[in-house]
Amino acid sequence: MSARTYRITKVAAEVAVPILILVGWQLWTISADDPKFPKPTTILDKFQELWLFAQFGTHVVPSLERIGLGFAIAVLAGVALGVPLGLSSVARKAAMPHIEYWRAIPPPALLPISIVLLHSIGNVQKVSFIAFFCLFPVLLNTIDGVRGIEPTLIETARSYGVPWHERIARIVLPAALPQIVAGMRNSLALAVIMMVLSEYFSSTSGVGYVLLISKNTFQLVPMWAAILLIGVLGYVLNLLFILAERRVLAWHRGWRAATPQ
Amino acid sequence: MQARKALDYSIPLLSVAAALGLWELVSQTGTIVERDLPAMSTTVSELWTLVQTSSFWIAFGQTVRGWAIGLGLAAALAIPIGIALGSSPLAAAAFRVPIEFLRPIPSAALIPLLFLTLGTNIRSEIFLATFGAFWPLLVQTMYGVRDVDPLAVDTARSFGVGPLERLYRITLPSAVPYIVTGARISSTVALILAFTAELFMGIPGLGQKVNFAESFGLNEQLYALALATGFLGVAIHFAVTRVERWALRWHPSQREAVA
Amino acid sequence: MAPRLAGGDPAIAMLEIRHLTKTYGTGETATHAIGDVSFTIEAGEFVCVVGPSGCGKTTLLKCIAGLLRPSGGEVLLRGRRVVEPPEEMALVFQEYSRSLMPWASVRNNVLLPLRHKPLSKRERMSLVEEALGAVGLVRFMDRYPWQLSGGMQQRVAIARALAYQPSILLMDEPFASVDAQTRGDLEDLVLRVREEFNITILFVTHDIDESVYLSDRIVVLTHAPTEVKELIKVDLPRPRDQIETKELTEFAHLRAHVYRLIKREQVPAETLTSSPATG
Repeated sequence: MSARTYRITKVAAEVAVPILILVGWQLWTISADDPKFPKPTTILDKFQELWLFAQFGTHVVPSLERIGLGFAIAVLAGVALGVPLGLSSVARKAAMPHIEYWRAIPPPALLPISIVLLHSIGNVQKVSFIAFFCLFPVLLNTIDGVRGIEPTLIETARSYGVPWHERIARIVLPAALPQIVAGMRNSLALAVIMMVLSEYFSSTSGVGYVLLISKNTFQLVPMWAAILLIGVLGYVLNLLFILAERRVLAWHRGWRAATPQ
Repeated sequence: MQARKALDYSIPLLSVAAALGLWELVSQTGTIVERDLPAMSTTVSELWTLVQTSSFWIAFGQTVRGWAIGLGLAAALAIPIGIALGSSPLAAAAFRVPIEFLRPIPSAALIPLLFLTLGTNIRSEIFLATFGAFWPLLVQTMYGVRDVDPLAVDTARSFGVGPLERLYRITLPSAVPYIVTGARISSTVALILAFTAELFMGIPGLGQKVNFAESFGLNEQLYALALATGFLGVAIHFAVTRVERWALRWHPSQREAVA
Repeated sequence: MAPRLAGGDPAIAMLEIRHLTKTYGTGETATHAIGDVSFTIEAGEFVCVVGPSGCGKTTLLKCIAGLLRPSGGEVLLRGRRVVEPPEEMALVFQEYSRSLMPWASVRNNVLLPLRHKPLSKRERMSLVEEALGAVGLVRFMDRYPWQLSGGMQQRVAIARALAYQPSILLMDEPFASVDAQTRGDLEDLVLRVREEFNITILFVTHDIDESVYLSDRIVVLTHAPTEVKELIKVDLPRPRDQIETKELTEFAHLRAHVYRLIKREQVPAETLTSSPATG
């Protein structure tokens, strides 16, 4: 087929397939007539009723707060630790066994411990749990980013007598930023998961809590609405992050495009 | 050179020893109450006791089984679909939106649904692990297939190599590093989800044992099990990373720069 | 930007390299990169360093610049020992694209070395603008380096060195990665800049024509372990011209002489079968 027909088909497919899936889903739930699988239209109705914006403040806001705080701490700690570890091979050798252990342990294994250790199921416990595990993608990527810095850049700065703190602020951090941002993106996705897990396990508020409660009280439509909410939350956060990334790393895209690898 | 090598091993060992020592110190001096943080010595001896029970190893095996089947199913589904979508820009465009929407859904959110449908048994565990592990493998496979050097493909075409053989001889070998990287990511996800299913749904396995220990306030056992789970995670991660490195050994990214 | 020559004691050479050696590793597997290098550069001179490939020219330059610690000998800048990159010295590398920060504009790249100097913001800005003016890139101040051609990027690196107001400029094969035509323009740019700002220049190159064209003196190096093979005075008239200077017979003689010296250096000592009296 001609190039133009191909392009049109492509766009049509992109639009048609999601619609077909939704329609198919709706028809299937109607025919199955199973309370466990409500119609998509019913779910959307409930979603709008609960989350736009009646219970938004009660549950979505606390969840977002926990994600936000946990993520922020993870990023700051990850970069603050990652830069010196990236620069010093001795420090890295000493830290590596610990990093390798904590990044490999399945986070839920530490959920009960976080409650026991911190004596609470409040925000401190949740944020600590989220921050702890979201640390590692940022930390590892920061280390990689710092290690991969172009040596000529550092030599240039040294030859001009740029003091070490300026070298870190003006050269190391910007140079490692693309890697750091990639780690941040993974961390953010992880933060959403950790939030759901910790709230589902033990909480008195939040999106994960709603999920748990609706299941326990057999409120199936709100349960589906909560699942949808979590999906939307993850999607929107990721989208916002990508938009921010596009701005911050505009120079990086241009540079990559202009420089043959 | 010898001194360098010795240092390479001794620094990490000393670091671990120091951390363990610190742990022991913290609990012995009561900085954190013994009840909340059992001493390192207590935890290790508890772990040693556990490791000698068959019930521990049965649970261990159940978790590994959940992980393995989840990862295997995910691969069996994601790799062929990924190849198909990666090879056809049309198909990739058609399914782009559904993939972008389903991908970010934390599999954990499906737990209540699984409670009500598949029930609290291994089927839920496998479903959860498979669902979570599917997406990284799918995406990486698609990237890998798309990233094939078009020059290599064109060269093969000019020699009259058919599409199926091109796929087998050129596209797939080129995509293998990506697929293996995807498998590494998926492996981590599968383990987390298998454990999560056991923890939250009481399905037999290490997660269930942790749940049990937590419900009955058996803190020493709790810590010992967490420690053991950590080692399982490390072992799997180590094994998968080795495989990844082997699969990537010819890849340009692995080459050392020629001075 | 005032010429930097003012305030130096003419009795002390600008740069003195005394018995510089550099060895990597120890014992039997040691690599003797630099054997024994000694020479002096007077203020205002343009000195080129040439040698066979792999003769450690870059290592030598890094030792002089204070980026590498020599194994033996010393480098004196205006009589003072160089142990770390000195304030009065600026360095221009061959890989310009790797020495410029891709996240910063041309202006901010040139600004980098000035930020830690005790200058006011206005003073810094004016230095940056003058330097970019000297290399003809004022119009591109707000572009990113990767938006410019290779030759222009190297000019940014030169501008950065100029803004720093050094008394001596070290250049490590700066035009090797640039196409031949641009190279000619850049060579003339360096000569002009030297005239205008009266800077001393130490220029490393493997291009023999370039070394004769640019310099007042040429230092010819041996292969590793590197030593000074010969110091050649270049008496060609200034200002130099890409066409006219290269037409002079003296140019051809000098060029041939340097070429011969280097060719002989390129044969490894073990394979020479001639008796010590020949070659």
